[in-house]
Amino acid sequence: MKTFRIGGVHPAENKFSAAEPIKIAELPKIAVFPLGQHIGAHAKAIVQKGDKVKVGQMIAEAGGFVSAPIFSSVSGTVQKIDAVTDASGYGKPAIFIEVEGDEWMEGIDRSDSLVTLSDRPDLTDKDIIEKIRNAGVVGMGGACFPCHVKLTPPPGSKPEWVIINAVECEPYLTADHRLMLEHADEILVGVSLLMKAVNVDKGYIAIENNKPDAIRLMTEKAKAYPNIEVVPLKVKYPQGGEKQLIDAVVGRQVPAPPALPVSVGAIIQNVGTAFAVYQAVMKNKPLFERVVTVTGKSLAHPGNFLTRMGTPMSQLIDACGGLPEDTGKVIGGGPMMGKALLSTDVPVCKGSSGVLIMNGKEATRAEAEPCIRCAKCVGACPMGLEPYLLSACAQHQMWDRLEQEDITSCIECGSCQFTCPSNRPLLDYIRLGKSTVMGIIRSRNAK
Amino acid sequence: MKLTVSLSPHVHGDDSVRRNMYGVCLALVPAMLCSFIFFGLGAIAVTAVSIASCVFFEWAINKYMFRNPKSTVTDGSAILTGILLAFNMPSNLPLWIVVIGALFAIGVVKMTFGGLGCNLFNPALAGRAFLLISFPAQMTDWPVVGQGFAAVDGISGATPLALMKEAVKTGDASLLSSMPDLWDMLIGNNSHATYGSGVMGGGCLGEVCALAIIIGLIYMLVRRIITWHIPVAILATVAVFTGLLHMADPMYAGPAEHLLSGGLMLGAVFMATDYVTSPMTRKGQIIYGVAIGFLTVVIRTWGAYPEGMSFAILIMNAFTPLINNYCKPKRFGEVVRK
Repeated sequence: MKTFRIGGVHPAENKFSAAEPIKIAELPKIAVFPLGQHIGAHAKAIVQKGDKVKVGQMIAEAGGFVSAPIFSSVSGTVQKIDAVTDASGYGKPAIFIEVEGDEWMEGIDRSDSLVTLSDRPDLTDKDIIEKIRNAGVVGMGGACFPCHVKLTPPPGSKPEWVIINAVECEPYLTADHRLMLEHADEILVGVSLLMKAVNVDKGYIAIENNKPDAIRLMTEKAKAYPNIEVVPLKVKYPQGGEKQLIDAVVGRQVPAPPALPVSVGAIIQNVGTAFAVYQAVMKNKPLFERVVTVTGKSLAHPGNFLTRMGTPMSQLIDACGGLPEDTGKVIGGGPMMGKALLSTDVPVCKGSSGVLIMNGKEATRAEAEPCIRCAKCVGACPMGLEPYLLSACAQHQMWDRLEQEDITSCIECGSCQFTCPSNRPLLDYIRLGKSTVMGIIRSRNAK
Repeated sequence: MKLTVSLSPHVHGDDSVRRNMYGVCLALVPAMLCSFIFFGLGAIAVTAVSIASCVFFEWAINKYMFRNPKSTVTDGSAILTGILLAFNMPSNLPLWIVVIGALFAIGVVKMTFGGLGCNLFNPALAGRAFLLISFPAQMTDWPVVGQGFAAVDGISGATPLALMKEAVKTGDASLLSSMPDLWDMLIGNNSHATYGSGVMGGGCLGEVCALAIIIGLIYMLVRRIITWHIPVAILATVAVFTGLLHMADPMYAGPAEHLLSGGLMLGAVFMATDYVTSPMTRKGQIIYGVAIGFLTVVIRTWGAYPEGMSFAILIMNAFTPLINNYCKPKRFGEVVRK
């Protein structure tokens, strides 16, 4: 079975909510929309205090090409535009909307009927990209890179494949898994839309083999699409990293930054993005809701929720039986790359794939011991780096050496720290070194 | 409710220094039991004194010299050094020499450089080399195996390695005909063979039974404590090099005799694979292993000592930082250099 070639680890999967059907989360009382919930320029608010908005109405427009508009997920009145602490831990300007009823914009197709490409033969590649752009679709895996930018490769590069990332390699998370089981047909239409948008005739859907039911279902349904192939992959973290996924599926390795995946011919999109693309193009429904996994060892009823953006995470946690007594840490995303939240009031955004509750014991890091030079971090690094060395050089502020040792290639997957027998905070130091070195490179290039 | 905020990753793979150190100790148990069976009370005494003094020196230096509130004495590394040091000694060694060896291994080689993870040389091997130079007579007096509990004052004899050296020196291949048979060498029972007028000696504690060491190797590979690279590189190099020599002239002993005699198996499996003093990358580990294998055969065949394993490893320990500097893992993708 295929997988990527260098490094990798296998954390305990703990997919407690894999058998829980997607439930519809209740509407919040107040929905909060941070203006910066994607990579690139912040969106610009186009509503004011007191304005009435409907579900699916644009409330902030894109702040540039690498940016995305934001749509209201609720109907109601704009209460204020104020700072909010989002999942990143930083304060960001946000639009607060007080919810009244559930009135949708005209033109959004709310029916369950499947619209396929053959129903819409008039759609051109430009139409598709334009619709995706105007619907505010971004990468739903967590990085939130605006989807239309990826579909507009730089001149000179030629896409050959669309690879759908459905590996969900983060432990605990099951949102993508459930989405495939419940919306396989829509996802396949979404994939063919993405393929048409970049004019390629080969699409892959990559799924790790800890989801055999999803592999079976998608393979069965994909028989109707001769150009789409489902690729089962051996379970290994970080297979959902773009570079690792391309290596696993088509055996090509993207060069070091700033090279893009498209330089080896691959366009990667998350399976949730494919679903959002289907809804944006075929149902005229902008991106304002997503599936969120709420899970944790101490949580009473872990589950998956179709959640309107702007809903506070605390509301989802309450729907799962409330925050357990022994909670030590709440994480936005998965345990390997997710961000620890300052509070559970953080709103669900476009990139919120999950909420993970950890008890006090799990939340405590074991004390760091001296490095015993076992080389396990070197073996685990999926980028072929030497984490022990990068961490030590960062600790001693050896920035030039760090650049030589290719620290900018680090994808911050955390495999090194996960595997370290001495519990060393390797990635903490590597992040420090990487951001400093990137800063040095930027200022050098600016001269 | 107060929430902990820290950077990812938020989970850890349950591996620990203890798991690795005690794992190696467990892998050493078969070889230790064999040494007790073959050398009796003497082996038990040397092992016990070696472990006890290594742990004591580790504890005392941590407490009184480092004044380290978080002592490394419980992590198993001192016990491991103690076992390995004992494995490198003959069973009839006076116990006060064992204590001096432990003091040198822990006090000088390990703690002087900063303790766990900082030493340049393998403490147990450096301890052995120190003793071999300081007490050459006692360190090369090999008791004959199977004397049970009488071994402390028992008969001793030369080892197969001395015979192999003698054959090269005199150029007389017929000397090799009195080597123990391969099965006896694998099990560690040299007492069926004779050397000159006496019975052949057993060797150091830990090296006597190659089979027990191979069992330990398999255990460590299965538990992923070590990877195959270093042991396989050493054993393959020795096999190929001695094979070529043997084909060129039968006065050189063959690969099987070399692999199964002396400290080669012990060194390749337990000494050269020491985390702290071996290279960090797979490529570096292969180079390190090949060089150790090569140096071992060179010393065994043409050097002053019959056994070259410990010196070969110590020499390559010194090269490890250099190897680390030049052997980089293959980076993902093609790195574009300006």
